[in-house]
Amino acid sequence: MLPQIQLVIPELVLLCLASIALVLDTYSTSKNKVLTFRFVQISLLIVIALIFVVSPDTQEYAFNNHFISDPMSVVLKLVICIISLVVFFYSYEYLKEHENVKGEYFVLGLFAVLGMMIMSSAASLLTIYLGLELLSLSLYSMIAMHKDSLTASEAAMKYFVLGALASGMLLYGISMLYGVTGVLDLQGISSFANAGVDADMNIMLVFGLVFIVVGIAFKLGAVPFHMWVPDIYEGSPTAVTLFISTAPKIAAFAMTIRLLSDGLQDLLSDWQGMLIILSLLSMAVGNIIAISQTNIKRMLAYSTIAHVGFFLLGIISGTASGYAGSMFYIIVYAIMSMGSFGMIIFLGKKGYEADQLDDFKGLAKRSPWYAFIMLILMFSMAGIPPLIGFWAKWFVIKEVVAMGYVWLAAVAVVFSVIGAFYYLRIIKLMYFDEPDEMLAIKASRELRLVLSVNGMVILILGFIPGALMALCLSALS
Amino acid sequence: MELSLPILSLLIWTPILGGIWVLYVGDRQEDTVKLFSFIVSILVFIISVYAYSQFDNSTSQFQFNEFREWIPVFNINYHLGVDGIAFPLILLTTFTTMLVILSAWEVIEVRISQFMAAFLILEGMMIGVFASLDAILFYFFWEAMLIPMFLIIGIWGGPRRVYATIKFFLYTFLGSVFMLIALLYLYSKSGSFNLLDLHQLPLSLEAQKLIFIAFFLAFAVKIPMWPVHTWLPDAHVEAPTAGSVILAAIMLKMGGYGFLRFSLPITPDASMALDGFMITLSLIAVVYIGFVALVQTDMKKLIAYSSISHMGFVTLGFFVGFAIFANTDSSSGAVIALEGGIMQMISHGFISGALFLCVGVLYDRVHSREISSYGGVANTMPKFAALMMLFAMANAGLPGTSGFVGEFLVILGSYQANFWIAFLAAITLILGAAYTLWMYKRVIFGEIANDNVAELKDINSRETFILVILAIVVLLFGIWPAPIFDMMHPSVENLFQHVLQSKTG
Repeated sequence: MLPQIQLVIPELVLLCLASIALVLDTYSTSKNKVLTFRFVQISLLIVIALIFVVSPDTQEYAFNNHFISDPMSVVLKLVICIISLVVFFYSYEYLKEHENVKGEYFVLGLFAVLGMMIMSSAASLLTIYLGLELLSLSLYSMIAMHKDSLTASEAAMKYFVLGALASGMLLYGISMLYGVTGVLDLQGISSFANAGVDADMNIMLVFGLVFIVVGIAFKLGAVPFHMWVPDIYEGSPTAVTLFISTAPKIAAFAMTIRLLSDGLQDLLSDWQGMLIILSLLSMAVGNIIAISQTNIKRMLAYSTIAHVGFFLLGIISGTASGYAGSMFYIIVYAIMSMGSFGMIIFLGKKGYEADQLDDFKGLAKRSPWYAFIMLILMFSMAGIPPLIGFWAKWFVIKEVVAMGYVWLAAVAVVFSVIGAFYYLRIIKLMYFDEPDEMLAIKASRELRLVLSVNGMVILILGFIPGALMALCLSALS
Repeated sequence: MELSLPILSLLIWTPILGGIWVLYVGDRQEDTVKLFSFIVSILVFIISVYAYSQFDNSTSQFQFNEFREWIPVFNINYHLGVDGIAFPLILLTTFTTMLVILSAWEVIEVRISQFMAAFLILEGMMIGVFASLDAILFYFFWEAMLIPMFLIIGIWGGPRRVYATIKFFLYTFLGSVFMLIALLYLYSKSGSFNLLDLHQLPLSLEAQKLIFIAFFLAFAVKIPMWPVHTWLPDAHVEAPTAGSVILAAIMLKMGGYGFLRFSLPITPDASMALDGFMITLSLIAVVYIGFVALVQTDMKKLIAYSSISHMGFVTLGFFVGFAIFANTDSSSGAVIALEGGIMQMISHGFISGALFLCVGVLYDRVHSREISSYGGVANTMPKFAALMMLFAMANAGLPGTSGFVGEFLVILGSYQANFWIAFLAAITLILGAAYTLWMYKRVIFGEIANDNVAELKDINSRETFILVILAIVVLLFGIWPAPIFDMMHPSVENLFQHVLQSKTG
């Protein structure tokens, strides 16, 4: 038995570093807050290193079964930190270009990362909720940070109200579960449900489950609980949209697995049906409405909804390899989403957001290489080989077919064909249309480099997806 | 025979790496890029010819096998190998790509490096499709191919290119995804994506029928069969000449190849149960689309419809075998029909490619594809008129050209199945002659129709070279098709024997 404190060292260190960053920021006088930014980047690197060093290979519990460290949590934490590292980099470039660098962005970002790490390692209803709220509150304030922007304030308000509603739903479900089982830790709930319960108790459990699923669906942005997604994506500053659409999705995956698999696997037959409906609606609404968008951030919001529908397919299959499929999907999605918003940041300039589809017109002429990166991103999102997005779809569809839901797989692939249309349209704009004006793109060397690497990762992983697949499978076995 | 040289990998990756290099060099050095691309395509062709010299005609086994683990957690492997069905198509691919790159020499003026790169990368992927023995590797190349073709039509195409290319992409993508589900279903039953394992997998008739339909959606769209052919005329008309040639000569053949490699051996009982359906669709393609071709006013569209009609022959040859076997109780007739279908695929690759190049030659000069814009071209372009005459005759199935061999064998085979099938199929000989030669007459013969035609210059040495080579090939295989038959005969024989064994037991 390891000393319990060892398991939470990364979280503790991150908490301390985030607090130091907050203080340090007040001393950072430069306009660009270089000091805060560098410190935050180094903090994340330290945490990544710590996760490697202190995490056990086995499953360990701490603090009366409130906290767990298992292979899945370790992998997810690593991915969350690495993705946040890149996201903060993109965000910094964006804020710098728009001359709006605020140290609080990065401090709040660190707290959000902490919240996500706690969610990944949560072993009880309480820790899940705490982690989720830490994440959400940080995000609300990050969106609101552009206090002069009407759309950003509106987005923050919407997100806050709807997020609070979702948290309330989740909390209500949690209270139901606690009322029935009398325990908070997921292990206890699992063994309670496993022991067999009488019909009345079962109704109570399923009643609680419904609210929990609603809460999860809200946080993921699955239809019909998706209303907030397009408005928040469009209204928030691109730097924040970028953050919301990447790492928190991975945390939401962790929450889903913790609640539905670790806690309520025995209610599989109950939540499976609910998730099938959520998944089908998300794929349909997301892909079809995305076609009519002219704002690329809004289009990507609907594309996220569609991707959530696909992501849920793996969970629906209800097996460890299905969960691994979902995990693979969400990690891949985060990398693709990061690159896509990175492109929007890349094209934007001071006082101008490149968030209309027409901003991509003739990009192949203005900058062949970055048009190619966007081409990779879009074909990957559409699920065309040889890009990693293909393997993500392949993996979840394979799991669904293996569980005998061939019809569900058939519906899913039809929607993926419908979805391909709006990704193709961006490629059409870039490659087949003439640019309105041949403006040179001005972006820092670092941004160019990171964006190129981001695109190449998608291409190269498409040829060698095996290692990441194996990692996801071993994380969930 | 074990070769230490990974010859199929060389064939796949040489053009792809060459294409990447061309992309890297960019348009700064146009001549270097063109020359380099052409040299790469010649090199690939030479490798494929070398492979031909090593190819063992006496066996139906897969040759030049390569096996490497790719995604071990799901038992997906980088598994390559060719038999007598796949190998002729690879030769066709390397041969055609070489000519296509030469044909674009002076024609393409914008983004030449991207154009060359797209064709080289496409070539590698197409060879990959024919050489894959792992279902997922096959699907990987099969889908990846859409990306360069999408760009080729969209960037260098005609006025309605955006509509055409998106239609092409979505149509073929929609067909293919069902194949993916079928493959995943087969994996869930067998735990393997190895095609040779899947060929042996027992399946109930119900399952086979569903899988057959899923495969059908993928391959029928690609080949294309009536009624899912509507993307083809649009794609052909809008594509640049080189794109049309690749599309007609090779990409359509992938649908046919898919039927031979997937539908027939994996779902033989369903193929037998549904052969009436397939034969009916094939005959509709042959006859109805033949009539549709007759009324076209656009030359490219006419050749596109003629392609669909000819592909109807191919699918007829593939699926009529069951009826022949039932009537004659011998597999020889069925093998003749199958070989006729394959021969038709290969010869159509040469002939339709050549015809699209001919239209391209005219289009480059006059910038019109309408038949009515021409007339009396023979007066100003005698050399061209003579060569096109040969290809038009070959398209109509004149004995002595390669177009005759395949059609004749399919009709010969069908006759043993049912007189009316053979009768309807034979109508194509009349229709084909009607629409091709009528087009030829209106374009080439008669008085000089207008000033544009009067100013036409005859084909230059580069164009002559390409067309003469194709003419030689068309005549060669028309008179002496034995090399192709020798190559494919053991594999086809083996395929049909395999198909006859029920897998439902």
